Amino acid sequence: MSIQVSGLSHIYSKGLPYQSVALDSVSFEVAGGEFFGIIGHTGSGKSTLVQHLNGLLKPDSGSIVIDGVDITKGKVPMHGIRRKVGLVFQYPEHQLFEESVYKDVAFGPLNLGLSADEAERCVREAIALVGLDFEEVSQRSPFELSGGQKRRIAIAGVLSMKPEILILDEPTAGLDPKTHNDVLLMIRRIHETTGNITILVSHNMSDIANCCEKILVLKKGGVLMQGAPAEVFVRKDELAASGLDVPPVMDFMQKLSAGGLDVKTDIFSVDDAVDEIVRALNDGKKETIANMNICVRNHPC
Amino acid sequence: MTDIIRVEDLMFEYKQEGSEDSVKAIDGVSLSVERGSFTAIIGKNGSGKSTFAKHINALLLPSSGAVYVNGANTADEDKTWEIRQTVGMVFQNPDNQLVSSIVEDDVAFGPENLGIEPTEIRQRVDGALCAVDMYEARTMAPHLLSGGQKQRVAIAGVVAMAPECIIFDEPTAMLDPSGRREVMDIIKKLNARGITIVLITHFMEEAAAADRIIVMEDGKIALDGAPKEVFCNVGYIESLGLDVPLAARLSHKLRGRGIEVPAGIADTDELVGFLCQYR
Repeated sequence: MSIQVSGLSHIYSKGLPYQSVALDSVSFEVAGGEFFGIIGHTGSGKSTLVQHLNGLLKPDSGSIVIDGVDITKGKVPMHGIRRKVGLVFQYPEHQLFEESVYKDVAFGPLNLGLSADEAERCVREAIALVGLDFEEVSQRSPFELSGGQKRRIAIAGVLSMKPEILILDEPTAGLDPKTHNDVLLMIRRIHETTGNITILVSHNMSDIANCCEKILVLKKGGVLMQGAPAEVFVRKDELAASGLDVPPVMDFMQKLSAGGLDVKTDIFSVDDAVDEIVRALNDGKKETIANMNICVRNHPC
Repeated sequence: MTDIIRVEDLMFEYKQEGSEDSVKAIDGVSLSVERGSFTAIIGKNGSGKSTFAKHINALLLPSSGAVYVNGANTADEDKTWEIRQTVGMVFQNPDNQLVSSIVEDDVAFGPENLGIEPTEIRQRVDGALCAVDMYEARTMAPHLLSGGQKQRVAIAGVVAMAPECIIFDEPTAMLDPSGRREVMDIIKKLNARGITIVLITHFMEEAAAADRIIVMEDGKIALDGAPKEVFCNVGYIESLGLDVPLAARLSHKLRGRGIEVPAGIADTDELVGFLCQYR
């Protein structure tokens, strides 16, 4: 399973006075099992791009090859693509609609034509994947759950269709810090458990840097850069010019380095930062002591 | 009178659907907010922050206890309009707060409703749009603006009503990083002009910009103090499902590794300065 996007362009309201180019020959590849991040300023084309990946939008030019099939070609059956590529929208809990959690999560698989037994198996697996207890939640109304639980159930509603590629658009927006971390951990665990391609669209640079192996940066519909987090975030000035930040931890390490402390700056997690600062401070001490020794040796009393 | 808001033993209960038991969303909160101050309220989802905020301009009324705005009791129906004019509110989703198809019409909606003279409305609208740096966009359609710009228009709509206090209920939750910065800059600017600010947020770096932080948990006040004091309690804050700013977290962990970072560093630049001098 892999994704190859090449020369993808999409123009909204083509031919009308207010036509606008949303995507401008975007090319990238996602390898099997990769955790892939997409970042960009509001209006840079992130959401337009992910809606192409499961065929919700058709490009004006370019191709999207998923698992060897070009899904932009006319005769490809869309329901197969949508089963393969699960898309979780922003604030997915706004799409909960059924009277019980079970019915809501089962809606997708039943719609795909699975039998009641098969659907139940999918629902059980999906609810387990999002870290909730099937017996406890399945008969409750999704609307009486907490914000974090609602979001988990909404994600389970996509997972129950067993997508081979999972795309999440801002899955942690609007959550309190603990729920944010819990949902992010859940996404990482789902990725590890299924071994599938996961695509994360986010404004949270920390989340992107800590989760993703590769990042695509969009600017005004075009690709500004792509690469591993350390390669992308080292280009701080270009990112800033496009309205993007580097992860706060990396920003902090860069300030330390600029302030004269000899630290590595391609660090994204707080724990790694603490290790690196302690190392640098200890090395600094050793150096100071070594210098003092030299001084003492050079100036014997 | 230096306190604009006074809350006395506020309690708010509601009945959950299909159940006889009532839930205490606010459970015995007492506090005062000083005129011209900047207070942040943090707390996990469901801790009672928004319910509390809605009491300040009489959108909700106490089950028991009382809320006073400029000395007027919010439960006094004769005072409701006066109170809502004194205390404006800005909510999370900018799309739910804009009512008109032109930016300046939208901002004029509030003052028009108050029955203000047209010439003064014009002045207030222009002033409010300048205050949020959206004067250039005054004839545009709101749906063509970015999230941060829309939220600034929503703020201008409140500013045009000349409130003494504005309550912001997670105003940046749906914005991207630059939109978030724009809105925070405006909030600080309005505070510098003397408007009392109450900011509810999940972003600890935003809360750190306030003079005072109130931490809510289970409808009660868990902590109340200056950012430096509040963010010292790293373990306690985390146990409440919250976070502390990066500098406070790093300081806490570095202390655990034997590096004597002074208490009360909540600011990145301070910590950078300290570590670069550390020998």
